Amino acid sequence: MSITNYVLIVLGAIVLFAFWLYNSLVRAKTRVEEAWSHIDVQLNRRADLIPNLLETVKGYAKHEKGIFENVTKARSALLGAKSVKESEEADNMLTGALKTLFAVAENYPNLKASDNFKELQDELSDTENKIAYARQFYNGNVRDFNILIKSFPNVLLASVLGFKAAEFFQVSQENSKKPEVKF
Amino acid sequence: MTLYHQIAENRRRTFFLFFFTFLIIISLGYLFGAFYGDSYAGALLAFIFTIFYSLISYFFSANIVLAISGAKPIEKKDNPYLYRMVENLCIGAGIPLPKIYIIDEPALNAFATGRDQNHGVLVVTRGLLESLENEELEGVLAHELSHIQNQDIRVMTLAAVLAGAIVMLADIFLRSSRWGSSRSRKSGGILILIGLILALLSPLFAQLIKLAISRQREFLADSAGALLTRYPEGLAKALEKISKDPMPLQNVSEATAHLYIKNPLTKGMFASMFSTHPPVEERIKRLRAS
Repeated sequence: MSITNYVLIVLGAIVLFAFWLYNSLVRAKTRVEEAWSHIDVQLNRRADLIPNLLETVKGYAKHEKGIFENVTKARSALLGAKSVKESEEADNMLTGALKTLFAVAENYPNLKASDNFKELQDELSDTENKIAYARQFYNGNVRDFNILIKSFPNVLLASVLGFKAAEFFQVSQENSKKPEVKF
Repeated sequence: MTLYHQIAENRRRTFFLFFFTFLIIISLGYLFGAFYGDSYAGALLAFIFTIFYSLISYFFSANIVLAISGAKPIEKKDNPYLYRMVENLCIGAGIPLPKIYIIDEPALNAFATGRDQNHGVLVVTRGLLESLENEELEGVLAHELSHIQNQDIRVMTLAAVLAGAIVMLADIFLRSSRWGSSRSRKSGGILILIGLILALLSPLFAQLIKLAISRQREFLADSAGALLTRYPEGLAKALEKISKDPMPLQNVSEATAHLYIKNPLTKGMFASMFSTHPPVEERIKRLRAS
């Protein structure tokens, strides 16, 4: 066999490998996107609950304007977020703002006793749990995808085929701290 | 063994389960026909019967199993606590929400059934909801959801209905031959014979069910469940509580026993033969080791 034949065989093998790699990457990337849509659904649900919550709180605690503004700002940031990073930041901001809101609500016994408020609080904490689970699923898929992209020899071809590592969805250190209990 | 191996393994087991059930029922038909002079007609009838029976069991096995267990479906408003917990775990596992059923009994038990992920069913007893703490219940639910995700449920449910039918037939023939023979000697003769044949073959049927069951599967569902909740101790504690619970389940047969998280049969002639579950101590040990 001549040199050309060997070269052709090697080239053929590389092309076959590229096909295989492309398909695996597409599959893994689709899984990441699907997992992201799970988070997105819950983030939207969270944002949808906010206006109602604010209305209810305003009925009892008119003067806490600064807090309302923060929550509203975080909510619009969440709704306008374009990337994983932006969503992550806005969501963490919202978590912080809501924490202050609920802490302040402690000062208004009538508000705390309101059924509507309790129900909204319940719904919100349920949504937060769901975001946490959706994040776990998403991050698992991102991990698998990134391992596929970054391992050898895939790493040589992945960027040529137009694939970039996906971003994890993280909780800020501040928010993941356990709340301190004071007596 | 990974999840994908497990799924492939389950496909293989489903095939063998169908194959052997076919073989046994058709040979029974052949024997039955032989007594009436036409063994091929018997085999043909049995063949037609198995075709229909397996189609029915493929599509309705979950309903049959649910009917045997006496479980009732619930809506979100009936038990938001349980409903939300299942919703959350499903989001974490990335599977569609199964239908949720409750068995109104004080015994502690749970199982999953259905023919695939999209037709999954999750069943828990009232006793389980009442006795387990938050993270313990979460552990049990995650274990059952892993059975759905690993596609264990199809082969487990089919085993209950396909091989279970033969076990139940053996049971019926044995009973009728024991008590019915003095009254109707003539028709009793053949019943006794079939009953005896089935009784002689019943270790084989037990083997058939065991073929569909693997202890490995319980361990895998334990570890996959623990991975989902990120808290193996929850399931370990739940298993401890469940294993100490003396209350037996009311509506359970030898054929459906292997579906449950803990073997609901405590005694009886089949109980020892159908050792479908790995010992609880071993499962707890493995959970705590991880």
